[in-house]
Formats: sequence, C-alpha cells, structure tokens
Amino acid sequence: MSDSEPEAMAEADGVPSTKLPPHLELRRTRVLCKVDAPDNTDTIQYSGAYASLGHENSLRFADFCKDFRVDITRISDDDMELDMVGVDPSIANAFRRILLAELPTMAIEKVLIANNTSVVQDEVLAHRLGLIPIKVDPRLFDYLSENDTPNEKNTIVFKLHVRCEERGQRLTVKSNELMWLPKGSEFLKTSESLTSTSKPETYTSFTCSQDSMPEFAGNPIRVYPDIIISKLGFGQEIELEAHAVKGVGKTHAKWSPVATCWYRMLPEVELMEEIEGEKADVLKQKCPAKVFEIEDLADGRKRATVARPRACTLCRECIRDGEDWEKRISLRRVKNHFIFTIESTGALPPEVLFTEAVKILEDKCERVISDLS
Amino acid sequence: MSAGKEGRALSILRDVFLANVRVIKNNFRPKCIYVAVMLRRMMEAILNKDAMDDKDYVGNKRLELSGQLISLLFEDLFKTMISEVQKQADNVLSKRSRSSQLDLSMLLVKDSITLGLERALSTGNWDVKRFRMHRKGMTQVLQRLSFIATLGHVTRILPQFEKSRKVSGPRALQPSQWGMLCPCDTPEGEACGLVKNLALMTHVTTDQEEGPLISLCYCLGVEDLELLSGEELHTPNSFLIIFNGLILGKHRRPQRFASTMRKLRRIGRIGEFVSVFVNEKQRCVYIASDGGRVCRPLVIADKGISRIKEHHMKGLLDGARTFDDFLREGLVEYLDVNEENNALIALYEQDATPETTHIEIEPFTILGVCAGLIPFPHHNQSPRNTYQCAMGKQAMGNIAYNQLLRMDTLLYLLVYPQRPLLTTRTIELVGYDKLGAGQNATVAVMSYSGYDIEDAIVMNKSSLDRGFGRCIVMKKHSAVNQKYENGTSDRILRPPRKDDRNKKGENPDWERMQILDNDGIAAPGEIIRPNDVYINKESPIMTKGSLKMVALKDSDYKPSRQTYKGAEGESCVVDRVTLCSDKNNNLSIKFMIRHTRRPEVGDKFSSRHGQKGVCGTIVQQEDFPFSERGICPDLIMNPHGFPSRMTVGKMIELLGGKAGVSCGRFHYGSAFGEPSGHADRVEAISETLVKHGFSYNGKDFLYSGITGCPLQAYIFMGPIYYQKLKHMVLDKMHARGSGPRVMLTRQPTEGRARNGGLRVGEMERDCLIAYGASMLIYERLMLSSDPFEVQVCRACGLLGYYNYKLKTGICSSCKNGDNISTMKLPYACKLLIQELQSMNIVPRLRLADS
Ligand SMILES: [Zn+2]
Repeated sequence: MSDSEPEAMAEADGVPSTKLPPHLELRRTRVLCKVDAPDNTDTIQYSGAYASLGHENSLRFADFCKDFRVDITRISDDDMELDMVGVDPSIANAFRRILLAELPTMAIEKVLIANNTSVVQDEVLAHRLGLIPIKVDPRLFDYLSENDTPNEKNTIVFKLHVRCEERGQRLTVKSNELMWLPKGSEFLKTSESLTSTSKPETYTSFTCSQDSMPEFAGNPIRVYPDIIISKLGFGQEIELEAHAVKGVGKTHAKWSPVATCWYRMLPEVELMEEIEGEKADVLKQKCPAKVFEIEDLADGRKRATVARPRACTLCRECIRDGEDWEKRISLRRVKNHFIFTIESTGALPPEVLFTEAVKILEDKCERVISDLS
Repeated sequence: MSAGKEGRALSILRDVFLANVRVIKNNFRPKCIYVAVMLRRMMEAILNKDAMDDKDYVGNKRLELSGQLISLLFEDLFKTMISEVQKQADNVLSKRSRSSQLDLSMLLVKDSITLGLERALSTGNWDVKRFRMHRKGMTQVLQRLSFIATLGHVTRILPQFEKSRKVSGPRALQPSQWGMLCPCDTPEGEACGLVKNLALMTHVTTDQEEGPLISLCYCLGVEDLELLSGEELHTPNSFLIIFNGLILGKHRRPQRFASTMRKLRRIGRIGEFVSVFVNEKQRCVYIASDGGRVCRPLVIADKGISRIKEHHMKGLLDGARTFDDFLREGLVEYLDVNEENNALIALYEQDATPETTHIEIEPFTILGVCAGLIPFPHHNQSPRNTYQCAMGKQAMGNIAYNQLLRMDTLLYLLVYPQRPLLTTRTIELVGYDKLGAGQNATVAVMSYSGYDIEDAIVMNKSSLDRGFGRCIVMKKHSAVNQKYENGTSDRILRPPRKDDRNKKGENPDWERMQILDNDGIAAPGEIIRPNDVYINKESPIMTKGSLKMVALKDSDYKPSRQTYKGAEGESCVVDRVTLCSDKNNNLSIKFMIRHTRRPEVGDKFSSRHGQKGVCGTIVQQEDFPFSERGICPDLIMNPHGFPSRMTVGKMIELLGGKAGVSCGRFHYGSAFGEPSGHADRVEAISETLVKHGFSYNGKDFLYSGITGCPLQAYIFMGPIYYQKLKHMVLDKMHARGSGPRVMLTRQPTEGRARNGGLRVGEMERDCLIAYGASMLIYERLMLSSDPFEVQVCRACGLLGYYNYKLKTGICSSCKNGDNISTMKLPYACKLLIQELQSMNIVPRLRLADS
C-alpha cells in the first residue's frame, strides 16, 4: 500500500526470472472449473517451485506494488463490492475472516427486564434484542471487561417500554421503539438500603450524559429500524432496559459488523475454438447469466463472444452437454483477483469496515514481527 | 341321561354355540344350516388350499373402537347392578315381617357404574366377567410431545395378541391394507408390523341398524332361508346372501342384487358405509353394516369415466361444495376392504379402461400422517421412511396452538419453528405447516474436520447464535396444600426477607427465598437456581387424631418447603404458576419451570428421511466454507450417510428446497405425486435451479473458509428441513467420582438418576483379564467399588470378627484368635459367604502366603 521504497526492494534480489511456459502459467494463475470438479485450486507459494525451469516464484514487493489494485465497483450505504487484485487467497481470506469475526461493534448484551407479559419469553426477547444492529461507531467505545463498572465510555443503554392499550388489537413492537438513554440506566438497584444518603445507585455509573459528548451531540444513537421484536395483545406490556457493549463476532454473531462478507475469484470464460452459426445461438441460450453474446461477422456469419465473463455464476450449463462442449469452453477463476462483497449491518459504512479490517491485519502483522524480534 | 343335563346341553347349543345365529321359537334349522355351510367350507379348504381364508387379510379384521369397548363395559356394569339390586330385593322380600315399603331406589349402589367406568379408564384394565374378558392396557395417556406425536398416537392400531409370538405372517405387509393402513408407520423392535397406523383417508365404521337392511334384502329378492331346502340353497346359479355373518337366504341374480344395493347406497337410501361384496369363489354375497371395518373413499367411475367433472372441482375450490356433498351426490363412495375386490380401481383417470369402476382420489393417501411428512418418500429405501415415522414423533416444535397455556409435565418447544420449504399435500392437510417441528437448514454435503464421523453433523456457530435449533424445555413441578383428617391443613407463608430476623436474631433462609412473592409462591419470570425454594409451605405437626377447631400456633407447624433441584449452572425461569383445586378439593399449585437451550455438542438432530445424527462439533462461521454468492451452510453433513442409506428423497428435498428459495415458491414432494403434479419433478427443479444461476445438479463452487482457496470438488448444498429431537446431552450426560452406594452390597449405585457409577461389566472385565491388567482389575472391582476388611481363620477357613477390646481378631467357631489373618475382600463377596452360610452351605477360605 505504501509506495515509499519499492525500487530498493526490487534491486535487492537480482535473480533473473524467465517466463513460465503457458500451460504452467495457466495452472499457476487460474482455477480450472471443469464439469466434474474444479482443478488447480491451490496456490503455489514455494519460491523454488519452478526453479528447474529457471522461474523465480517468490513474491516480490515491487511486483506486488505494481500489480496490487483495489477498485470499488459498487458502493452504497450498507454494501459494497470491490475488486482486490494481486493478492494471495490467504490474504483476501484474512480480510474476510477479520470482517466476520474480529471487527468490534456494539450489541445489546445485558437486558434488564422489569416487566414482560408478552408471549415472547424473557430469554428469547433478550436474544432477539441482542441481534438488532446498533448504528453507532464502535471506535468511540471501550471494551467492558469483567471488573469494569458500566460507564458512558463502554455502555449504551436503551429503554423499551410498550404496552398494547387498544382492546382487540395487536401491537407490533419494532426496534424503533428502543429509546436511547444517554444518561445511563434508570433502574435503581433494589439491594441498596434506602437510608443511603448518596443519590440512588443504578445499574450503570455514568459520569456524564452521552449526548453531551461531542460525538453524539445532535446525533443520537439509533438502532436498525423496522425489526420486529415482539407482538403484544391487549394489556400486554414490555418494560426493559437493554445495555449494549462492545464485542467481536468471534464471541457471538451479534457483534459481527457484517451481515455477511465474502469474495469470489474473478471468472474468466475462454472460448477454446470459434463457435459460429447455430452453435453460437445455442451457447447464448444455454447461459442463464447471459455471459455470451453473438457477434455478426462481416461475411454474415455469427460468432459467439464472451461479453460478460464477470456475470458467470459457474452453473456449468455451457459445458454440460457432452465432451465437445467441454472442449469448446473453458471456465476459469483468476487466483489473484477477488471480487469482494461486504454487506454492512449498519454500524459502520462498508468502506470504513474494510479499512478497519486492514488496520487489524496490520496490527496483527506488527505483533508477529515484534514477537519475532 | 338326566333331563337337567340334556337341558343344559340344549341351552348351550341355543345360547353359546354360534350365538350370532339366533334361535327363534326353538327353531334350530338356521343353526343347522349354518353349521352345514361351515362344514362345506371346511371340506372345500381341505380339498383346495386356495379356498382357505387368510386370517391376516384386513377384510377379515375388525377394529375395536372406544365406543364399543365402553358400551361393553357399561352393559356389564349395568347388568351387575341390576342383579345386585335383584338379590337385595329378594333378600328384603323374603323376610316375613317387613315394616316399610320396598323402595328399589334405596337398594341401588349409587355410583357403581361411574366408579366402574372410572376405574377401567384410569387403570386401563377391562375386566368383563360376563364375557371372560381380562384385558390390560386398554387406555393410554395421549402423547402430547409434539403435534405429530399426538396425531400419530390417535391413528395407532394395537393388535390383540401378544407381541412375543415368533410368526412372520401378521407382521408382514398385507396387500389388502393398501390405502387403509400405512405401509411405513410401524415401530421397530418387538411390535414391528403388529402395531399399525391408519392411512390418511381411512374411515372406521360404526354399527348400523340391521333390521331395515335385512328387510330391504328380502324386498330385493332374497329367498328366505326358512323356505329353502339344502339342495335348493346350493343350486349352481344361486348365491348365498350373508348379512353381518348371518345367512339370510339365497339370490338367483347376485350381481343385479349387489348393484341395486350399491345404487341405493349411492343415492343415500342406506348408510354410506354398508358394504356389498360378491364373492364369486364362495358363491356368496356378503353385506356388512357392522362397526370396526376400515374403509376409504374412492371416486366412482361409469365405464371408466370419472363422475367428478370439472365444475364439481371448481365448486370444491370455491368452497361451494364440500367432500360431504360429493358423497351425497354419489360422486365418491366408501369401499371397505372386501368390496374393493369387486371394484377395478384405476390409479389415475387417464389409466381408466371401460371396465374401471373406481378411480383413486390420490395415491399419497395410502400413507398415514407420520409418513405423509416425508418429502419424496417413494424415492427412499423403505426402512428409512419407517425410521422417520418413529423419529418425527420425537421432534421438537409446536405442540398445539394453546401450548403456552397448557400445563404438561414435560414440554419441548422450538423457539423459531419453521414450515418446511419442501412440503407435501399431507403436510398442508394435517396442518404441519402451521405447527411445524423443525427448521430449514442450509446443508452442505461434504466432509469437514473429522468430527463428522458416524452421522455426526458439524454446525455453524453463527447459525446457533442467530437462533438455529434453540429450544425451550419446560418441566412441571407441583405442590399441594394438603388438608388433613383432623381439620388442619398446610399453610403457605410470606417468605422471610433480608432484613427480617427471627427470635434468635438470625435469618438463614432469605437468600433461598428471594424468588418468592409475598404470598409465598414463586413469582413468574424469576430466575430459579438449584436449591431455591419455590413454595414456602408449612405443614402441621399433628395431622391425625381428633378434630381440632382451635387455631394452631406457629410452633405447631414444621416447614415443608419445596426446593428446586436442577443441575448447577443451568439458569431456569419460573414460566407460569397456576392455582387450582385437585379432585380432593385441595389447593394445588403448579409451576412450569422453563429452560432455554442452544444446541451443543451431542444434541440429536434428524432430517425427515430417518437420518439421525448428533452434533459432532460447532465451528466458527469464518471457518465454514462459503459459496460464490456468499451463502454459508448452517450445518455440514458427511456424504457417507448416503450410499448405504439410499435416501434419494433427501437429495431431491435439497434440490427442491434450493429451487424453492431461489424462485420463491414452495415446492412439493408428496408421495407418488409426480404424475398428478403433487410432487415436482427433478427435471423441473433442475430447470429452476439453472434459471437462477445454479448448477442443475445442485452442486456449488465453494471456497474453504480456512485457506481461502476454492474446494477441490463441487459441493452439494441447499436447504433441508432438520428436526431437533428431544434427546439432548444436557439430560443425559453423567459422570461420577465417589458417590452414593447401595446399602446391601455397598457397591456404587446404578443409573444417572441416582448419581450412579459407570460399571465395568463382564465383557470389560474379560478384556482386562485378557490383557493381564491385574492391578487395574483389582482397583476397579474392589478398591473403587466395595473394599471390606475381614478376619479369616486359617484353621477353619471361616470369617471371624474383630474384637475392639482385645484388639485382636477372633474366630467364633474356634473360639480363639490364634489363627486369624486380616484380609481385604469385596463386601459383596463377604455377603455371599454369609448368605450361603445362612443356607447351610459353608464356604471355607484357604489362605496361602503370597
Ligand atoms: Zn476358626
């Protein structure tokens, strides 16, 4: 990423490298998706793998800097697609794993139920509340460790108090009803004796109101709206306080900042021979993803072309009918080009999530380096 | 011979021998003819083996329903009561001097019938002396474990004869049970094939009045038996007419007679369940109107053309017609097993020929309710369907719509039950889609981690975090506020609170009673821990003796609190508390204690194809494989589960489910449903898959979550409906170090409930012997079990005792302690020696130096 000194590294190893023969180059860089099974799925990391051919297989920083590329192909508030080119699957996978399991978010961990006469049991209600994404930047908070007291730096408190007042009606309780309590818990600890002169103790000890903090002034903490929490019949009531804390997806999926996050390798569809005339039409018809298009040649003939290889879902329809089709078309995946999709739950925008993931990986690498030295 | 004996023989002949043929005005002729016909049949069977009746043939069987059984019981009780009254009345009337008038109502034992019925229903013992009937287990408590268990239970048919018999005939599948009894649903083991279940459309008949039917038969040209000679009865061109096992007479044109009867039945002049069966072989027409026959509806066809036309079906769809209208209009009719022999039934309308008389309504109705849940059962190996029938009853899910208001002793609920993505028509008909017991899990069929051997499944931790397989187990605990014979009763007290102090200034119990309300009963919604008191009850010390009306003092009560005994570390919640009065008018307090569980390693899961397996390991989502479109499976199943089980239906379920989620339509997999459109064909499913960008064979290109590289095979992945079964490790896991022992043998107790030890059995012992691990045997069989020190006399070889005063061992038979050795023995061995001695057998121990 940093472009400080690529040249120096490149000069450092001066071994001349020959190009690999095309069939080996194909095996090195592509996954071949045949009818029965994919082939060449692994990557070759050993630097001397092609030493006998005079090819140097080690990863060079200069090459990496030259080849590495990140293009954002689609971005919206809660999801994005980006192309990551020039890395090994293990690196791309590391980002994916970090995004799923190691990026912290805030999620409801403790629910204090004062009253719940709904049909949803307390534990189930608490579980449902836990899974509601909270739209707040987790970087503004600390982890709540076991001996800590909940304070404004590590806890967000929400209140939910609903009651169905209308006879014969069903009230749907949605996540919008969760009210942020910037001053912390309102429930008093009952165990404290009433004679205490100090102000009554609650379940949190906030030193100041969260909405007085600059980050939240005029920007109240909200949860993802329109998630059904429960349904209430006439006279049923839910009164509770939910305490959200910081955590990572490894502990529980509710802390995962992404709905899901995955990548796929760039599809590459190659026509091994000219497909013309009727066969071209057949081929175009076969593909549900509309990968192929027909090109009119000058002499009135029709020829199939690969118009949208990226759309290939690997349904293998085009190579399904017999060996001759298998020979005509080669479906491949580029081993160092990843189409990465991040679907955020709303806590952080997807582009921030990705950069955060990079930071975490960086930290991990630094930790390894410092441990080694 | 005396006249008395002759009279008795006559009365036996009249009343007991062939009791169904009644003797009117001392006319024994019908009985004679009946016997003659029986003999004729017998001879025929001897000459021709084909003429033999099959006792396993369903048409020769009758089901006993509750009404018949209860009427039998009532008749007996009523007659017993009458004879009792008669005896008493005779007693009273025989007295010479009577002061009061005879009042029969005074002689009636008031609730003898009620009590008799109640006793029979509660014990299940049907003892009817009059008919020498002594049957046990006639009543059962209806299973409410799951919705399907209930449905399966009410359609169950129990055999009368004992299960231990080693005959295969009654257990084998009978061709005549087609459409009447489910071919799949039968238990495994000793009752296999004997216990059956009704098919989906089976109807069991009840008794119908005989008189009008008999006179109708005579009107239709049946020649009365009374007017016929034996020769005339068996003329070649006439058929015997047998009505409910009674010979009415003969008919010269049996086919015409039968068709007239059937016509009358179709227009509703006689009951719809009356069966008319012409048996050409036996030259008989059987008419049956008795109860307990199984029958099923069929569409009537005239010369192979169905009577149900399009406008009828439209009316049915619009709700303008019902099934009963079809029956009333003579479009469908019920046929019993015997009459089916006179019908030519086409499976589908297009298969009908001009000879066809009936058309099946739907082939999937040959299966019962439990087998009806299986998608594509006709693609499975048949035992798998049988296994699923047994397993579907153990699945957790919804029990009934009022499940949260019921007070069952044990209730298993699923937190997020779903309806199956791949449904069947039976599922819709019985309402399993509304009260489901399972969840649609995305399954990848591949091997993973080695923790998936022996059908174990690998589960995705994030799926579990998000609520997959979560269940609620509720147990009922009850307490009774007992009233005693001396007028005293239990009382429930306000619990002591933290600041309360008793006379001694201490309050040790308040912590265990925090969950109690001020009324002394646990409050709903409170978390209950082991050793918490859930009812603060006190009982009077004196419960017997004279009636005391004085108010009791506090000191007259002793606490009889009930504490919750659950496993440590489980957090249970008091779900509901009900107060009601029991049958002795005591206040009864019932508590439902709820425990919500997430799946853990060892919990049992099963698909709907008899493929059960435990959860082998739980893996983080990031380690799970993922597909090109980001789909991550909920669980991974090992492909070795398929080849030997041959559950092709499961594979089709996966394909159909996958197509269902991609196109947004529920797919169907009713049994034999492909021709009629009640099951989707694999070709069509594959087409849908391709249209949505999947491979036609359901195999996806997956990336390893661990290395990030693509997997070296395409993985068969898609949704399968998975059931969580009620067997959970939490209820079964058990281990112990030292613990309780049995009083008699001083060996460790047996069983989890008694915190028992794990037995080193005979076979394990043999292994240790073979291995030569003598010290291990010594340790397991003695030191860790029941070591005991004994004094043995070397002179006489008997056991002595230790005299603590003299500090020596003494032999009680030699009367000295000269030759005493001390040795260790299992207590059970010492017990054996002494027990033998008590039986005058003297085991002597010969000791040698080691
Ligand atoms: Zn002795």
